[in-house]
Amino acid sequence: MKSAFNLRTIVVALVVAGLVLLPVYSALTGKVFILTMFTRIIILALAAASLNLIMGYGGMMSFGHAAYLGIGGYAVGILAFEGIGSGFIQWPVALIASALFALVIGALSLRTRGVYFIMITLAFAQMAYYIASSLSRYGADDGLTIYKRSNFGGLIDLSNRTQFYYVCLACLLGGIYLIWRIVNSRFGLVVQGVRSNEQRMQAIGFHANRYRLVCFVISGTICGLAGALLANNTDFVSPAVMYWTRSGDLMVMVILGGMGTLFGPVIGAIVFLLLEELLSQITEYWAMIMGPLLLLIVLFARGGIMGLLARFSRG
Amino acid sequence: MLVVVEQMLNGLQFGLLLFLLAAGLTLVFGIMDFVNLAHGSLYMMGAYFAATFVAWTGNFILGCVMALGATLLLGILLEFVALRHLYNRDHLDHVLATFGLILFFNDAVRLIWGPAGLALPLPSWLTVPVQILPGVNYPAYRLSIIAVALLVAALLYVVVMRTRIGMLIRAGASNREMIGALGINIKLLFTLVFGLGAALAGLAGLMQAPILTVQIGMGENILILAFVIIVIGGIGSIRGAFMAAIFVGMIDTLGRAFLPDLLRKVLSSTAASTAAPAMSSMLIYLLMAIVLVVRPEGLFPAAKR
Amino acid sequence: MAEHLLRVENLMRRFGGLVATDNLSLEVVTGELHAIIGPNGAGKTTLISQLTGQLMPNSGAIHFAGQDITTLPSYKRSGLGLARSFQITSLLRDFTAADNVALAAQAHAGHSYRFWGNARKEAPLREAAHAALARVGLAKRADVPVSELSHGEQRELELAVALATKPKLLLLDEPMAGLGVTESQRMVALLKELRKEVTIVLVEHDMEAVFALADRITVLVYGRVIACGKPDEIRNNDEVKRAYLGDQHAVTRHG
Repeated sequence: MKSAFNLRTIVVALVVAGLVLLPVYSALTGKVFILTMFTRIIILALAAASLNLIMGYGGMMSFGHAAYLGIGGYAVGILAFEGIGSGFIQWPVALIASALFALVIGALSLRTRGVYFIMITLAFAQMAYYIASSLSRYGADDGLTIYKRSNFGGLIDLSNRTQFYYVCLACLLGGIYLIWRIVNSRFGLVVQGVRSNEQRMQAIGFHANRYRLVCFVISGTICGLAGALLANNTDFVSPAVMYWTRSGDLMVMVILGGMGTLFGPVIGAIVFLLLEELLSQITEYWAMIMGPLLLLIVLFARGGIMGLLARFSRG
Repeated sequence: MLVVVEQMLNGLQFGLLLFLLAAGLTLVFGIMDFVNLAHGSLYMMGAYFAATFVAWTGNFILGCVMALGATLLLGILLEFVALRHLYNRDHLDHVLATFGLILFFNDAVRLIWGPAGLALPLPSWLTVPVQILPGVNYPAYRLSIIAVALLVAALLYVVVMRTRIGMLIRAGASNREMIGALGINIKLLFTLVFGLGAALAGLAGLMQAPILTVQIGMGENILILAFVIIVIGGIGSIRGAFMAAIFVGMIDTLGRAFLPDLLRKVLSSTAASTAAPAMSSMLIYLLMAIVLVVRPEGLFPAAKR
Repeated sequence: MAEHLLRVENLMRRFGGLVATDNLSLEVVTGELHAIIGPNGAGKTTLISQLTGQLMPNSGAIHFAGQDITTLPSYKRSGLGLARSFQITSLLRDFTAADNVALAAQAHAGHSYRFWGNARKEAPLREAAHAALARVGLAKRADVPVSELSHGEQRELELAVALATKPKLLLLDEPMAGLGVTESQRMVALLKELRKEVTIVLVEHDMEAVFALADRITVLVYGRVIACGKPDEIRNNDEVKRAYLGDQHAVTRHG
């Protein structure tokens, strides 16, 4: 047990150190694309970490998590389009809009369990997708170009690649710290208790669904932040960011890294997106390899990479 | 008035197609407790097979029959190679594994048939309009879709309600341990049911093919509609799937056809043309949300497990 | 006359055509240990589930501590001081014994919408948990995950969890089920201690235990009360003998 913990800790520490030092490497070697690529990875890792909060700790298998990426992104995009460029307005709006969406979707979806829940969250995310596709003022299907990134006065300049990278990394590490606190708090224990045995939690006096809903909203809000970052990263937002395959990608990242582990989703996101990058360099038809790979992961690598690390160091 | 009749028939036709897709999904889920996202891929494969075989043989009916057989075989192969190892896993594993299959199928199709869509041209005898009411013409092909789908629905009903295998399927949907206890070869039964579901999906795909283009990803949006249908109808219930499919087909079609005009009466025309497409795509999900609030198990839940 | 802590009036519950609880009335006096017995299928678990709110009655009323709780959801009943142990052990398997009990204590120590502090380091919760564990003799097993506890220990943990909610009334659904002889004896000794502190409703198949512990016994057959009284009265009741105690030996052997 002890050594498993250590190996995992070492891997996590190396990954975090690598992420912190990456801009230095990029500057020294002049490989700008690495910085750009990892900015995207970090943002999606934040989204995956937020999904892990409800999926890994809360037992809620949401298949519509990409909706918040879109909502956060559109909050930034629409406000920018309407001439409100301040990040102090854009980002809070992105968070609040995501929270409200999560509240409504969660209140409805949490009436159901299991596979119904998976399908309902999927359907609601598709609904958000169709709404975005019909926003003709904001580009409809073609999406909306963001000509100026969120403006934080003289504080930080998001159009500076390195600064933006560190903002994203700070959001990721901050998000994970927040999730860590939540998971170990009174609230977090209740949520995990409900995942383990809802009837029991109800019998000892907890209104299970209310805790679930609050957790669902927190998760959606964090993902909304990732959405705002993503829109700034691509200078563009389109319905495609909330297409259901994107929700599937997020689920894969969580499972691949290790569901219910703090850093699992980060490692999952890095591995998944690097693999995607690598395979797409080898062949145009990379998904033909990625698809069966997923099947193999499901069949043979339960517990994800974190689980493997634990098993490996136990011998 | 004529437009209304035509759109109602369109709605019925779309609803019946949705039923073919949803029936397979709900059977597989009901009896095997397996969530198959790749069901939409089988629908797509049905359409691609049909386009290929029809072009190859030059005979529409023969090509379609071959495509049906090919989808059935593909379904059985899929079940045999991959999916049967997942039955004892939880739903999340099902979702992920079949999500992987979707990725695979989409790119496999792109590799084999290219990124551009295919067309499946109809033979001339299916393109003639048929007079169904005095002064109302309706395309023969759409009528034949309605006929075929109704026939299949009736067959399915007879098989499920009247035959020994149907009894096993129903028993399996309500109590899986029981069929095991009866000494039935569950593996074989599961493979058969999965193959049946695949064939139904393929049939829906190949019948839809001449109306829309055959293209990558065509199975995904309609798969989500099929999910909505089985949630509304109650998972595992064929009857529920039928009712909900017709309902959803009608609402979707009529909503798209008439909502813009209706909105134009209350809103300015630009506002109406903006809101209408969004609202008509949302109608279905709204309906689902209402059903969930009122009856979380769906409108026609299968017998209690 | 002692006051009634729990009063059940004309409770009815049907499952389709089957009447599981048939016009059932029952009173539990503060401080007593009230046993409910009956052959298999007499509707004992159905009754418990209605008392705790997992199942709603078709008609009738349940009063607890002077309040009508007939339609109250289960988490609110727990807040009023009604605790249950489950027949089939249903602890949080991936949590430790102490976590299980601490969560129960937490449920009754203010709201749990606290997102920041580490709940496992909250001294009052941990102390309450350890006190309850010590009460049932599990102090040394506090940090063992539930999945690694023996069946008997899980039963004792069930009790600790129920105790940690500081209940006024403890509903125990077959606490002896599946226990060996020594484990059963320990459980009886434990219940003898607990009854001094809390009112208990005990549903149990083990007749020896029931007659050793109970102040009063209610006999259910087919969802109806056919007798209610002191152990001696029940032992000598003709209807009970006819309907139930006739196969008492069979039942005891199975239990």
